[in-house]
Formats: sequence, structure tokens, C-alpha cells
Amino acid sequence: MKDSQTPIVKLNEKPDPAPRGQLTRRQFLALSAAGAVSVFLAGCSKSAREAFFQGRFRELTGKDIDKVIARLEKEYSEKCGQAVTVSASRAAEGVLFGYGLDLSRCIGCRRCVYACVEENNLSRDPQIQWIRVLRMNKERGVDVMESDAYYNPAKVPEPEAFYMPTACQQCRHPPCVKACPAKATWQEPDGIVVIDYDWCIGCRCCMAACPYGARHFNWGPPSVPKDHINPHMHYFGNRPRPRGVVEKCTFCIQRVREPNGHYPACVEACPVGARKFGNLLDEQSEIRYILREKRVFIFKEELNTQPKFYYFYAT
Amino acid sequence: MTFLRFLSGAAKLVLKGNKTYYAWCAFLLALIGAGIAAYVHQMQTGLIVTHMRDSVSWAYYIGNFTFLVGVAAAAIMLVIPAYIYHWQPIKELVILGELLAISACIMCLLFVTVDMGHPERFWHLIPFIGALNFPRALLAWDVLVLNLYLALNLTIVGYLLYSAFVDRPPNQSFVWPLVIFSIPFAVSIHTVTAFIYNGMVARPYWNASILAPKFLASAFCSGPAVLLILLQVLRRTTRLKIQDAAIWKIAELMAYAMAVNLFLTGAEIYKEFYSASEHMVYTKYYFVGIGDHQAIVPFAWMSLIFDFVAFLLFLIPQARKNVLLLNVGCVLIYAGVYIEKGIGLLIPGFTPDTLGEIYEYIPSSTEILVSAGIFSAGFLIYTIMLKVAVPVMLGEFKLSQLSREQ
Amino acid sequence: MHTTTWYKVARLFAPAAALAAWNFLAPAFAAEENTQPPAPPSVDAKQPGEYPVPPPPFSKGIFPCTECHNKDMPANRTRRKLEAAHDDIQLHHDEEHRWCLDCHDADNRDVLRSASGEPIKFAESYKLCGQCHGDKYRDWKVGVHGKRSGEWNGRKTYLLCVNCHDPHSPKYKSIAPMPPPVRPENIR
Repeated sequence: MKDSQTPIVKLNEKPDPAPRGQLTRRQFLALSAAGAVSVFLAGCSKSAREAFFQGRFRELTGKDIDKVIARLEKEYSEKCGQAVTVSASRAAEGVLFGYGLDLSRCIGCRRCVYACVEENNLSRDPQIQWIRVLRMNKERGVDVMESDAYYNPAKVPEPEAFYMPTACQQCRHPPCVKACPAKATWQEPDGIVVIDYDWCIGCRCCMAACPYGARHFNWGPPSVPKDHINPHMHYFGNRPRPRGVVEKCTFCIQRVREPNGHYPACVEACPVGARKFGNLLDEQSEIRYILREKRVFIFKEELNTQPKFYYFYAT
Repeated sequence: MTFLRFLSGAAKLVLKGNKTYYAWCAFLLALIGAGIAAYVHQMQTGLIVTHMRDSVSWAYYIGNFTFLVGVAAAAIMLVIPAYIYHWQPIKELVILGELLAISACIMCLLFVTVDMGHPERFWHLIPFIGALNFPRALLAWDVLVLNLYLALNLTIVGYLLYSAFVDRPPNQSFVWPLVIFSIPFAVSIHTVTAFIYNGMVARPYWNASILAPKFLASAFCSGPAVLLILLQVLRRTTRLKIQDAAIWKIAELMAYAMAVNLFLTGAEIYKEFYSASEHMVYTKYYFVGIGDHQAIVPFAWMSLIFDFVAFLLFLIPQARKNVLLLNVGCVLIYAGVYIEKGIGLLIPGFTPDTLGEIYEYIPSSTEILVSAGIFSAGFLIYTIMLKVAVPVMLGEFKLSQLSREQ
Repeated sequence: MHTTTWYKVARLFAPAAALAAWNFLAPAFAAEENTQPPAPPSVDAKQPGEYPVPPPPFSKGIFPCTECHNKDMPANRTRRKLEAAHDDIQLHHDEEHRWCLDCHDADNRDVLRSASGEPIKFAESYKLCGQCHGDKYRDWKVGVHGKRSGEWNGRKTYLLCVNCHDPHSPKYKSIAPMPPPVRPENIR
């Protein structure tokens, strides 16, 4: 029996609008979503809320940057128990950083590795090291498949071996920058490829894309002993990273962007002077001399990443 | 309003069932609960509770994601016979394939979410609000096409089911373009996923042109396997009339797709082992092992054997028409391609790593529990959708009937 | 009717197409490197031949040499193995062809001597080494040979050759390496 209350549904007719006082489906969904988000945000601290909504650092200007820096300095000073400065210095004009590594000199002592760990506040546990030294066989040459990063003899250098330290090559065509879906990593005008730790979503696409194993993930919460913290930090460099983001060598951005610019920690730590650093646009720099006078090669050159990291043999 | 009545009617359908149905749902809910507990543990401690490390930075979660994108794309195996060729035996079943695509897409999104270090920062990927790196990053493309494909299928299925519910013929000029569009879209979601891997110059194992065609071939031969088993189940448990011809045709199409897949695998093996460049080391690790590192070699051969046996079972008409052999074939093909797309794609891509280190990855208990939870969630969603869709398809769930009951 | 529907569908996707086009045309997010050379950096002006090196690393009490080697101790130019003093020095530096007084000035032990007999101050001993090791000397002058620290755009430190190389046995000594990294299997 047909119910006389049933509306006759015509072809292509729109459904009845909701009677007044009742929620439409759309309103209900919107309210639920808003409610859920409010509950989530209300449970966070003010600084966590600010961090959540912070835009991409590259797009911030002036006062916004100052606010972010002030919040970070306060947070880190409390966490580290000492006064911390976070720089947001930009790339200088006329500077393009280049790096030279003398394979005829490196003795594989790993002092660069640990200098980097100290300077850049790298996590001790779980251990993260931005520099990895590969022991290669002199007869085989540069062949990563035959290399060993875990060598531990009593003395180095070993007679039949040579050593090749690797870290971020700061490529001109970085595959990691291409791969990042959130634009959390990019190349600065002075050539350093940086990561915005507060924008990175932790998808690790960049890590799969990097041919040099240069990127490292904070699988667990990083830990640095309080008395080993380097309080001179840069937003893109050695400030404490959160868990779940990617990090990598930044050419010690907190050192090299100072007014006269210090060498990166690894350059200063190397006891045999195998590491050379300078401005590729300055004809008088060491790195330009190396490119002119020495036989230079690029690691995995066939991939056309065009690194600014040059391996060479001085003799 | 009518839609709310549809929802309430659907809810009633979902909550009522026989003992098997309740047992099945309880089982799935238990696994989902375990998965959620494991994920909470992962959120509290970090991804360190997985066994992924810098050397192998993508593993079980992304392997499952890749496999499920293939399953989602496989809806095309039903859509083309139904809508292009108007082949009746499949035309009446095509909605079941689209529902499978929806569940698979949801599982894909869940797998990607549990793999992220900062899932709460997902909004960074929303165009205009965040900073989606489109068109340079392939993962950005994947974010867009996966969500669009999900929306597309939800729209098509929702519209068709709702039209049947209110007992009016669907507007073909609305449905047809969407359905036709879903065909290249299905191809595109899996091509984009393949291109994510393919474009990485750092990983020679993936940086081969054969990867995208292989992805599609393996997707089309494995995705419908679940469907075949399901169709037989539905034939027993509901009044849906499913013709043998439909099942056999799908099995036949899967055989052809597997033929292409096997050919492409053979081509890959030839190139690597004959040219024997240094890049051979990854394929060698998969099929032969390197030194003492042999962990995944058994899986490699299992996958190949399963694929080949299933191919024969589906190719030979007498075999695919035999109920036992058909189902054995389904299980074999699903297992074979699951290994191929998971262990066979991710692990050799990362082993040895870019600096020559070999780290043998095995999933941790957290990863297994979370993955089991997500698979169960997908199965549960599919079950719930079927619980509503089948009565609609049978004409048992209609607005007019609801009104009559009142 | 179909044109209407297709128009509607096309309209739906126009914003997406516009977005894709805008992204293609927008500046690439790849390298936007600096290309113009910089203004000359402010480095310490140095005279040719003048390098800011640390003082020579003499052992305690050994300098000035003329406290012993003066007119009371005439020079013995016979090539021999030293026994009376300085017997702790093992010469492993082309010892087949040279000995002490080829580098040390026999008449004034407070200086070294060049191949042509010219005196060379200990504080500028690099000039002596550079006679035979010209390629290293050229590299060292520019900062490419040897350890260096300081400011890449400012004051740079130099070291004397002898700060790293024992002049009597110059081969760089092997040292114990620092610990290897933790294997990924052991990261919990």
C-alpha cells in the first residue's frame, strides 16, 4: 500500500532541503571536524600550537622570523640549561661554497666525524653521524661495493687501503630537493642545501633519492649530553632537531655564514689538512686553486647531480 | 531527509547479520585494536620501533602501500569489460570492483600515514594551504591522484547505489564521463607510484624504464584475485547471481596480465645478468644473495614459482574452471605478487645501500601489528560497504520499501 | 547535451590545469645559485714570503744552538753517525745522500742553510723544505697542503712544515682511528 506521505521522486530532482532546526549533512560534518580540531589544539601548549601553525620558514619575513627565533631560543635555552643563540643569517652575496677533499692525504682517523658530531649537536643515542668514512682498496679504486665503513684497526692508515669520507655533496641538481613533496628542503643561494626541520613531514622520500647516503633520519628522539651542547646555533643547522625529521650536513652553516666566516668543523679538525673549503666564486680561494691545478673527480658523476664537493689527489 | 534515511537504513543493514558475519567482524576489530595499540606505541616512541634504518629507509609499510595501489588500479579489469564492451556478466558486478578500489585506496592512505615521521604535518601537503611540490615531486603527484581516484570511485559508487536506493535510473551523462575518466586514472595512479621509484637516480634497481610497465602488469594480474574469491563467497552467502562466465573471464584476463608480467621479469633478469655491470648487484642480492646475506633469496624464488604456476592455472581453461585450482591460483598469484611488490621491490632497491652497506631488514612486531590492523581495517570497510551494496544491487534495500515499512 | 556535460566536466578541471601550468611556469625550486663574483674579501695583507706561522716547535732548552755550538766547539764536518750528543735523532730523510750539515749551517747553528749556502731562519724553515718539495711548497703557500683553520673569508692560519712533519723523519706517523659508527642492527 502506498503511503500518501511519500513524496513522488521525479527524475533529476534535488533531494528535500532539511527542515529548519535540523542539521544538514554538510553542517554536521563541518561541526564535527571543527570540534575535533579544537579539542586537539586545546590539549597543546601555546608554543606547540605556534609550532603547528608555523608556515614554511622560507616564506616568512621580518617580524615573523624574529618571533620564531625568539620562541626557539627560549625553548632551547630552557631545554639545554644554558643561553642559546639561534641565527637566521641569510646567504651572502657573491658566495657559492665549494669543498675539496684530498684523497692522497686522508688517513681515515675519523676526527672529522666526531668534530662534526660535537659542532652540530648530533644525537649520540640513537647515533647519527653526518660524515661516513669509507675504507677502499688501493687496487680496486673508488668502488663503494667493496668499501667498508666499520674498519677499526689499531693504527691508520693501513698499507693497502685509502680512505674516502662522504657527506652531503651539496649538489647543484639535488635529487633530494626534487623528491621532497612538501618543499621542506631546497638549495640556498650560497649553495647549501638546507632542511626546514619544522616543515619536514618525515616521509623520507629524500633519503631514498640521495645517491650519497647523506641524509639521516631521527628514528627516535635525539639525545645530546647537556655539557656537550654547542649553543651557537642556526635555524637550518645545528639546532636541536625533533624526532621524525631528516637532517644532514649543512657545511656548518652556523659557522660559515658568520661575517668573516669560519671553516666548517671538519676542515679544522682534520689533522692532515685533507679537507679544503672556500668560495667557488672567488678566484683566489683554495678551492679554485684545486680546480685549476689538481686532478679532480666527482663521486658518482654519471648521475649528473653536479656536486660542489670535489675529490682530488694533491700528489 | 532522504540521505539520512539511506544512512540509517544502511546502519541497520551493517549491524545485522548472521553468526559468521559477527565472528568475521569481531576478528577484524580485534586485529584493528591490536594495530591501533601498536601504532600508539610507535607514535609515543618514534619510528625507531620499526626496523627501518637509514640504509633501508622504506620497508614494510611502503611495500604494502605499493602493493595496494596496484590492487586499487586493478578495478580497471572490471570497468573495461563492463563499460567499454558492455559485457553483461561483468557489468552487473563492476560495483564490487570499484568498492575494492575504495578499500584499497583507504588502506594506501593509512599505510602512508603510519610511515610518516610527522603525520600531524600532513596539511603541509595540501595545495595552497601547505606547499605541495607539484609538479616536480612525484610523491606530490601521488598525493593528488590517489585522493582524486578515491573521490572518483566514491562518487561513482555512491551515486549509483543511491540512485538504485531511491529507485531512479542514474543520469548516464553524469556517470559515464566519470567512469571513462577512471580508466586512465587507474592506470595513472599506478604509473605515478612507479615513477616515484623510477625517477630516483640513486637507486639503479628502480631506475629502469621497465618499472612502470611491470607495475601495471603485476597490478592487473593480482588485484582481481581477492575479487574472485569474494565473488564465490557472495554466490554462497547472498542471493546475488554471479555467472561462472564472469569469474572465468576475469581469471583469463589475469592470465594475460601475468604473461606480460613474467615476460618483463624475464627481460629484467636477462639485462642484469647478461650485461653484468655493477648494477647487477641488487638483482643478484634478490635471486642469489651476496656472500652470507641470503635472507630474501627463498622469497624471490617462491614468488617466481607461484607466479608461473598461477599463470598456468589461469591460462588453461580446464584448470581455471576447476573450483579448487581456481582458488589455489588466486592465493598463489596474490602471494606471488605480494612478495614481488613488497620484498622484491623495496629491499633490493636499498640493499646494498648507496655506500655499499648491506643491512638485512626484517619487519618488527610493531610493523606487523600495525600492518595487520590496516589490512583488517580495509577488509572491514569492504565488508561494511558490501553489506549495504549487495542488498541495493538485489533491489532489497530501497527507499520505497523503507517508507512502506514505516 | 553531451557537450553540456563535457563542458561541465572540463570546467571542473580548469582550476587544476591552471594550477599545474602556474607551477610549471613558476621559478624552479632547484639551485638558484649565486653567479656573480664577490667583492674582494678583507684578508690580512701579507707581504710576499711572509706567512703567519707559529714559532718553531723546539724541544725544551735546545735553542739557541749557539749556546753549545760556538767558537769553543769547532765544527766537525765529517759525515758520521752522531754519538756524543743528538743521538736520539734517527735520520730517515734521504739519509743515503745527505746528513745533518746539508741542512744545518755548520758555521751558525742558529740558522739552517739552503742548497746554495744562504742562511734560512728556523722561523721560515718552509723555505728549506720547499727547495726539494716544490710542489708541496706551492700548494702550502695557497693553503692547499697541510692543516689549516681560521676564516675562509678572513684570517687564515698557517703551520710550519715541522709542526706536522718531524724534519728528521718526516713521514706522517700513523695514529689510532676514532671508533667506527654503530651498525644499524644495533641502533635500538
